[in-house]
Amino acid sequence: MNNGGERFTRFILMMAAFSSVSALALITVFIFIEGLPVIYKTGLADFVVGMKWAPTRGFFGILPMIVGSFEIMFGSMIVAVPLALACAIYLAEFSTPAVSSVLKPAIELLAGIPSVVYGFIGLTVVVPFIRTYIGGSGFSVLGCSIVLGIMVLPTITSISFDAIMAVPRSYREGSLALGATKWQTVRMVVLPAARTGIVAAIILGMGRAIGETMAVIMIAGNSIIVPLSPLDPARTLTSNIALEMGYASGDHRQALFATGVILFVIIMAMNSAASYFSSKAASR
Amino acid sequence: MMKDFALKKYSYLLIFFIALSAIASGCGEKKSGARASAAKKIMIAGSTSVQPIAEKLAEHYMTSHPEVKIEIQGGGSSAGIQATRSGAADIGASSRELKSDEKDLYETVICRDAIVLIVNPSNPVSDLSGEDIRKIFSGEISRWQSATAAVPAAGITAITREEGSGTRGAFEELIMKKSEINARCLVQDSTGALREIVASDPAAIGYVSFGGLNDKVKALCVDSISPTMESMTQKDTKKRYGIIRPFLFLTRSAPTGTALEFIKFIRSAEGAKTLIKEGLVPEIE
Repeated sequence: MNNGGERFTRFILMMAAFSSVSALALITVFIFIEGLPVIYKTGLADFVVGMKWAPTRGFFGILPMIVGSFEIMFGSMIVAVPLALACAIYLAEFSTPAVSSVLKPAIELLAGIPSVVYGFIGLTVVVPFIRTYIGGSGFSVLGCSIVLGIMVLPTITSISFDAIMAVPRSYREGSLALGATKWQTVRMVVLPAARTGIVAAIILGMGRAIGETMAVIMIAGNSIIVPLSPLDPARTLTSNIALEMGYASGDHRQALFATGVILFVIIMAMNSAASYFSSKAASR
Repeated sequence: MMKDFALKKYSYLLIFFIALSAIASGCGEKKSGARASAAKKIMIAGSTSVQPIAEKLAEHYMTSHPEVKIEIQGGGSSAGIQATRSGAADIGASSRELKSDEKDLYETVICRDAIVLIVNPSNPVSDLSGEDIRKIFSGEISRWQSATAAVPAAGITAITREEGSGTRGAFEELIMKKSEINARCLVQDSTGALREIVASDPAAIGYVSFGGLNDKVKALCVDSISPTMESMTQKDTKKRYGIIRPFLFLTRSAPTGTALEFIKFIRSAEGAKTLIKEGLVPEIE
């Protein structure tokens, strides 16, 4: 009985463990089955580099959305990376325990704010600000980058912080003993040693930025153009799906799944890159 | 010993859940069986623009006729036409006129819906021609002063609805005609979001259903006719507000039984009250 019970428990736990993997498998199979027919019909090249998206009239080109996604992602990195790195370095190397005890939870709290709230603040503060003081309609790559940059800040900060903390104490002691200042030690010893971990943090932040939907829909303006200036509106792959899925049917609906296929491939590539870098960091 | 007991308890729990799901699925079957035998049940499918008002009307109708069950699904006008033809739906809902190859279905106008152009209240423009509106949304006019001399030089922020939206479909059909909406137009996926942007951006223009108007935005006259319930019901076509589309109920043949009763209810004075409250123009018999 005991043995049987043991095995039964193990079986149940195994089923639970595999259910998450099978969910991934099911999702993958499902979006590919739904999305591939349209890609096949349009031709992969025409789908990916097509400039015209008018799904109800049979034009399925998602290049503006791919470019839009990457522009907004890189824009948000320009905002987030310097801030997040500075924050992580300060927390790991310079701050006092009292300051850390306020700063760390505050940054973690930033990660807990729902994206719709970020979107709402973007819509009511950032967009009118850009419209009034910089120009354009305010719905822009710039506005979106600022808001997304703040959104991904906690992800990059906390993972880079861990990477910096993982650098052995002896490295720092060695450097300081050689007469280097604190900042020289951080710049020339600690950061190079934590490099792979920091790169993984940035890639994960990029993944978060490219996958964000709600805030982007509210701030980016969603025009189907390749944005040539930071003040131009843009549409991302995720917002394309979320905007149009409500009423889409037939080929239009499948084209949205096909958009998901492309997004899936991009995010898979980024996650693999991130895990490659973090495993490199761990093996060192 | 205790462990054994705990494990046993969990397996009982598991069995309990399995049994529960079996019962639940059994119930489901019973329900679908009952559905097939009920005669007073109608299924409406089609336009997502018609869906909200059809749901409201059905709700009112079902409170006074508890024996009737009306189910409403979206899917779009074309899907509704298909479903009616195939018999999957008793009534197809369409928010556009039938095309010539769709005229095999019997159509009943249940009400009409106007598309209204909206701008920021601070915008001095209050009247545009249909042609100017078309040019604004196609990108031929991109600054306010070229549409009308009264406005200071400012770029136009034209906002449209997303591809697939019924309101956008009607706008394309009634205003854009053969032209395409410019890809530079901002896109919003709800009346509420679009209206919010127009309310906050002095240079914005967008369009909503008549029922979607509120006092934070200014409705424009089109060809000097203001969008009011009065101008929409004008007999004289020269005075009638033109950007208006019918909401149709489609049946395979002239409606009978419960479907006919429901249509009669919509076109009665009582149905008209609900329609007017939602900003739709009733068709009273």
